[in-house]
Amino acid sequence: MTLQISYLFLREYWWLIISLLGGLLVFLMFVQGGQSFIFSLPRNDIQRKMVTYSLGRKWGFTFTTLVTFGGAFFASFPLFYATSFGGAYWLWMAILFSFVIQAVAYEYRSMPANVYGTRLFDTFLFINGCLGPFLIGVTVATFFTGSDFTLDLFNRVHWGSGWHGLEALINPVNLLLGFAVLFLARVLGLMYLGNSIDDKELTASIKKALVRNAVPFLLFFLAFVAAILLGKGYRADPVTGEVTLVKYHYLHNLAGNVVTLVLFAGGVILVLVSLWLGIFRGSRRAIWYAGFGTVPVVIALFLMAGYGETAFYPSSTDPGSSLTLAKASSSYFTLKTMMYVSFIIPFVVAYIWYAWIAITRSRITREELAGDDHTY
Amino acid sequence: MIENFDLSLVNWSRAQFALTAIYHWLFVPLTLGLSFILAFMETLYVRTGDEMWKKITKFWMTLFGINFAIGVATGIILEFEFGTNWSNYSWFVGDIFGAPLAVEGILAFFLETTFVAVMFFGWNKVGKKFHLASTWLVAIGASLSALWILVANAWMENPVGMAFNPDTARNEMNSFREVVFNPVAVDKFLHTVTSGFVLASVFVVGISAWFLIRKREQELARRSILIAGIFGLVSGLAVALTGDSSARTLAQVQPVKFAAMEALYEGKSDAGLTVIGALTDSGEKIGEKKVHGMKLKIEIPGLLSIMTTGKGDGYVPGLKDLVNGNPERGILSVSEMMERGGHARQVLIDYKMAKELGDTDSMAMLAARFEDKDFVENYFRYFGYSYFDHPWQVIPSVPVTFYAFRVMVGLGFFFILLFVLAIWFHRRKTLEKNTWFLWIALFSIPLAYLASELGWIVTEMGRQPWIIQNLMPVHVAVTNISAGAVRTTFWLFAVLFTALLIAEISIMVRQIKIGPKQ
Ligand code: HDD
Ligand code: HEM
Ligand code: HEM
Repeated sequence: MTLQISYLFLREYWWLIISLLGGLLVFLMFVQGGQSFIFSLPRNDIQRKMVTYSLGRKWGFTFTTLVTFGGAFFASFPLFYATSFGGAYWLWMAILFSFVIQAVAYEYRSMPANVYGTRLFDTFLFINGCLGPFLIGVTVATFFTGSDFTLDLFNRVHWGSGWHGLEALINPVNLLLGFAVLFLARVLGLMYLGNSIDDKELTASIKKALVRNAVPFLLFFLAFVAAILLGKGYRADPVTGEVTLVKYHYLHNLAGNVVTLVLFAGGVILVLVSLWLGIFRGSRRAIWYAGFGTVPVVIALFLMAGYGETAFYPSSTDPGSSLTLAKASSSYFTLKTMMYVSFIIPFVVAYIWYAWIAITRSRITREELAGDDHTY
Repeated sequence: MIENFDLSLVNWSRAQFALTAIYHWLFVPLTLGLSFILAFMETLYVRTGDEMWKKITKFWMTLFGINFAIGVATGIILEFEFGTNWSNYSWFVGDIFGAPLAVEGILAFFLETTFVAVMFFGWNKVGKKFHLASTWLVAIGASLSALWILVANAWMENPVGMAFNPDTARNEMNSFREVVFNPVAVDKFLHTVTSGFVLASVFVVGISAWFLIRKREQELARRSILIAGIFGLVSGLAVALTGDSSARTLAQVQPVKFAAMEALYEGKSDAGLTVIGALTDSGEKIGEKKVHGMKLKIEIPGLLSIMTTGKGDGYVPGLKDLVNGNPERGILSVSEMMERGGHARQVLIDYKMAKELGDTDSMAMLAARFEDKDFVENYFRYFGYSYFDHPWQVIPSVPVTFYAFRVMVGLGFFFILLFVLAIWFHRRKTLEKNTWFLWIALFSIPLAYLASELGWIVTEMGRQPWIIQNLMPVHVAVTNISAGAVRTTFWLFAVLFTALLIAEISIMVRQIKIGPKQ
């Protein structure tokens, strides 16, 4: 028996995988969120060490998810890879820089003879903690707001703005998502630290900070969602392929697809529950609710931008150049081969989970810190 | 055609890629090899219960961690650079090239990251067996990372497993198996990974030698020398074998690169292998490329012919044959290839025009040509040549490839000797007495890095001007941005990576001086 899989299915399947990786990435940015507190939360060096030790065991996962997100995008939607990375050059470079400096910071911050001193490496962590989530949020927002590019006959990208991507920073809607992701990462970071560290003083400051960050997160997130749902969206005509701006298009995508709607609503509820648990109950388990809520919400946002009659990477200046899943995707053969590879993902998730649990079984205390020789 | 492209943009983009790749490659081979050395040591610890082995493992693991972090930092840049700086390339072949990159993330990087965390933080938290398994999985994960990226890289040198789709005007994969089992990929994987093992072994032997010179940690040093000496010797022999096999494959799929590496201008039937030689300006030229003569040559007669063809009188084509053609030997001239490639390109343009006009009859007729074996093998195959103006443009730099190759190979044999001596002195228990040997071992560490980098220089410089052999020249692949933007990022990376490298070396040296923790 040969299995007949449609090209459309494969494209949507891969968009779902990209969305899932995106969702996991945003959740795992609790590491960045935690880093953004490196100068404000800990009162002394021991507390700061607890924070870096706690986050330092996890940063690799976030980083690798980002790398895999890029690789999967390359394989499944190469024209997006070429268009966005090549065009929004400076935006991506800024994101990359902020991650390069993070990768060495944990290992080197407290090593003797590290040349630049602990303070600089901590500053690297802080910069990555703030810029990483913010810029990724802004970039994802351009899936809804569009960018200034045209593709020529040979699919070469010509970017309109000499700022090569940085112009996205002056679009208020993009900024809304940028700040929403930043504050979400901070909230997640606080919840994660609250869960993994056993220290009275830190726990108390975490609780206070949680309120101060949850409120802006909610405001920015709601404002962004309202802006895209109530504004215009890039509709791609299924027959002619023509791309036009249509009012309430994303609202239509959200309400018109049960899966998207359930993921979105379910996710939002879980995040709200987590905030309630964290703020009013002081529960350490809040992070799990927040995590399981963040992933579906991000997936839903991606699905709204990609599924249905929609251009997922729209050009605001030349709608005809906009990318749809069909236009940007790899060939049938590649998508199908890669689908088989993707079946291994659950196995990967399983061993990550197993290893994660194995090394985080107990909370971090001052005593543990003193007993371990690989502490950052 | 070339004049229409911004040459300074192409050159800055190349420089940036080379810079970041060279930095990445400073850290990767040590990861590849040291991870296995750690696994051997920890296995001995678990088997014997001897705490000394645990101490040894932990010492080298600290150095591994310092190196690993910066390897990861430099890797992410490379991946995204395909999009940011080679976007035309990314779009043209993303269908094929992107796949192994994605597989690498899913299969290899997660394996490495996950178990590195267990390896570093799990000593007091997980059982001995689980910890040991994690260390092995890190080693396997590192080699798997190498596998997939090298499959991708090998495809650029010998594009297989694909067909051209005139509708999308790009190459699309039709056999994943062919891409993975590409003969170039197999050679490249084995050679590169074993070269990493060699580098790490030299590193361990060299640092242990320093401890012996200083009369410190002698037990640790002796045991480390034994493990790394044996591992290094086996790997060193494997490097020589796989390097030889790489060269044979290379002679088939990239004859121009091969001739450049050998500085062979005139084809010969009993070509000798030049062991050492100094290039001189012969005053002659092929087009605008200088032709080199050779001084101070030491040659093994007939060996090159035997190596490449299996016969002492086998014919090895030289650069002149390959550029000007040699009908007797069935070699097409480059100008002929340019013409044929141009013809293939015209067919594609006609197809696009017919499509614009909605002329379905012509479309069907033209599309059929891309399925016609004769057209694909005799015309489309040379598509990339249509981008050149002069035949001599296909010649890479002869001096760079010639010298780089010789130094790499020479060092390869030198390291084999080094490991043999290390094992010998260890068995005779005379390591400490032979201080001269210890000093040589210590100063071999930078040489291992040199050999390793030169290997890539041979490969990548020798591949010029192609980004995909015969299909796409480098200048067509580049992203359309200003040269100034790329120049800026080049300097940003240069400064950042250099600063990080300085910190890495300083931390590493200090940790070595501190020695193992009690
Ligand atoms: C420690 C490093 C090291 C050492 C000692 C050697 N090599 Fe090597 N060589 C490499 C590190 C390397 C490398 C960096 O790994 C390269 C670059 C790309 C590749 O496939 O491997 C390489 C490339 C490379 C190539 C080019 C392959 C291509 O263009 O695809 C050849 C022909 C050889 N090597 C041959 C040898 C021989 C005959 C050696 C004899 C002992 C040798 N190498 C030692
Ligand atoms: C242009 C080509 C390359 C790209 C795009 C690339 C990409 C990357 C990336 C993104 C990482 C970080 C992964 C993480 O998140 O953990 C990485 C690390 C690594 N890469 Fe590369 N890489 C390239 C070349 C190579 C080569 C040629 C090899 C080996 C033969 C290699 C082997 C490794 C290994 C072993 C690591 C683990 C960390 C370390 O460097 O110590 N890479 N690479
Ligand atoms: C990690 C070790 C590597 C080193 C040291 C290295 C070195 C270099 C150098 C020196 C150049 C510049 C050549 C020139 O144009 O003058 C270059 C170019 C390039 N290399 Fe590599 N390379 C490495 C691995 C790879 C791998 C694994 C890939 C592909 C997966 C790759 C793909 C490229 C590309 C796309 C370019 C730019 C286009 C070109 O100039 O050919 N390189 N590399």
